[in-house]
Amino acid sequence: MIADHLPVLQVVIPLIAAPLCVLVQRGAIAWILACLVAFACFAISLLLLLQVGDGGVISYHLGGWAPPYGIEYRIDALGAFVLVIVSGIAAVVLPYSWPTLSLQIQPSRRALFYAVFLLALTGLLGIVATGDAFNIYVFLEISSLASYVLVAQHRDRRALRAAFQYLVLGTIGATLILIGIGLLYMMTGTLNIMDLSERLPEHYESRTVQMAFAFLTVGICLKLALFPLHLWLPDAYSFAPSSVAAFLSATATKVGAYLLLRFVFTVFGWEFSFEVLPLDLILMPLALIAVVAGSLVAIFQTNVKRLLAYSSVAQIGYIVVGIAYANQTGLTGSVVHLFNHALMKGGLFMLIGAVGYRLGANVQLTDLHGLGRRMPFTMAGVVIAGLSLIGLPLTVGFVSKWYLVKAAFEAGLWPVAAVVLASSLLAVAYVGRIVEAAYFHPSTARTANVSDPPALLLVPSWLLVVACVYFGIHTDATIGVAQGIAQSLIGGAR
Amino acid sequence: MDVLGHYHYWISIVLMMLGFYIVIARGNLVKKIVGLSLFQTSVFLLYIAIGKVRGGTAPILDDRFESYSNPLPHVLILTAIVVSVATTAVGLGLIVRIKKAYGTVEEDEIQERDADRPKP
Repeated sequence: MIADHLPVLQVVIPLIAAPLCVLVQRGAIAWILACLVAFACFAISLLLLLQVGDGGVISYHLGGWAPPYGIEYRIDALGAFVLVIVSGIAAVVLPYSWPTLSLQIQPSRRALFYAVFLLALTGLLGIVATGDAFNIYVFLEISSLASYVLVAQHRDRRALRAAFQYLVLGTIGATLILIGIGLLYMMTGTLNIMDLSERLPEHYESRTVQMAFAFLTVGICLKLALFPLHLWLPDAYSFAPSSVAAFLSATATKVGAYLLLRFVFTVFGWEFSFEVLPLDLILMPLALIAVVAGSLVAIFQTNVKRLLAYSSVAQIGYIVVGIAYANQTGLTGSVVHLFNHALMKGGLFMLIGAVGYRLGANVQLTDLHGLGRRMPFTMAGVVIAGLSLIGLPLTVGFVSKWYLVKAAFEAGLWPVAAVVLASSLLAVAYVGRIVEAAYFHPSTARTANVSDPPALLLVPSWLLVVACVYFGIHTDATIGVAQGIAQSLIGGAR
Repeated sequence: MDVLGHYHYWISIVLMMLGFYIVIARGNLVKKIVGLSLFQTSVFLLYIAIGKVRGGTAPILDDRFESYSNPLPHVLILTAIVVSVATTAVGLGLIVRIKKAYGTVEEDEIQERDADRPKP
């Protein structure tokens, strides 16, 4: 009986646990509660992925009201896949977060921190689970408001500035999405996503629907941090507490990409997005600029978290490149890169956070000097995840780049393939700077006496690093799911 | 094209651009939040205008009323108003903490006071 309610439990469990965290007041208990909730969500999302594995769709009617009048929770393969990414990263980051909090957040605020963290999780899972356009907006705001608060928790006062900037840009993005949804409702009189997708084809020529598409795309790209709308991201990630940076970098932008996929392919449909309107002509150049500029700027950063943040801008570019191909191979690469980037960037942010835990500071590149010997396990993890970022064979980064390059040849866009490959060289440069600082410099006075962080920090980070390699070798699992998703998204169009 | 007949859209467009301009042009963080609120409010008006039927009443089930306005956009916008209030509250809360940490709410002064810190 409970199995029927899995789609909604996914969202309700963290939502109910959040106020409980406030009530228990003790940070440690709130932490354990949050961890249990994240594990439960992860288990549920895996069950959901199994249920929809063979192309099925789970439709859950909230309160028993049938769609399109009631709110429908609708989980298809893409939804279940993104749910697994979000809840999986939460299940890894939450156990990790406790030791780092002791440095970054006052004891009285720790229970509140977990309450807000769970609200952010609720919002992100809700966006993916729901099949109602307005519900998406509400969950988007729940997750965004919670993330503004999370970013502001660092002791460095510049975190406040970063959070404020994030709040202004995030709200503008969400409001643009709200306008888009309103215009869609104006033309079709429905908010249910499936209902929208059925009713929109007769309005393809309508200026209102085209404007709705424009508003939604720009709003989602702001949330997704696609160049040139990425300005909030580097500050927010480099000043956020390390567990928050790891969680948000691995999930928030992925959910943004999910929204882009959902609206472009499911709601508006391939034909409208790429034939009636030239979405690929807009997304492709921006994504390629993001790939190159993000990597270039990353090379010149001195703060390691900021370097990783700019690398995120580039990696988001890869995801959007895959969408802009508008063919099945490109989409497969894009969807699989959602998962792969979450693994490697989550792992890297967590490991750098572990370094920061030992050094008690926001890590600069010069702080890494000599750490290759002092913190062998931490830095080995950084090297493996970094190689994956470059796209070396046997790591997950290679798998997604392979599909992105293959799709470029299928679409006859060989310059795009050249840019994707060239930007891998840029990744070599910025990952190389981290490796060089850690392994080819003698330790300084600050790093002479540090050692590997406690297992509570190291084990969750290494789980992600091992997953980077495991899914780089056993590619069938992720590619199989991603191909199914790409096929169902493009449907009969190609 | 009927320009005046669409006056309700013009109102929301003008309000929206005013709000957007304030967010971009003003250095005072409180003013930025005011602009952001205005920006969101313009969208509420857009939604409410969508639901209105000329000559329609509130949705009352009675023989005397034949046409009524669509209540759904109005209900949706109640939710959006709550979201907007929450956003404003979080924004103002951040400003209070910025004021405590920096002693000012002017963007350029905040930047000056961080200038001596190591580049992030």
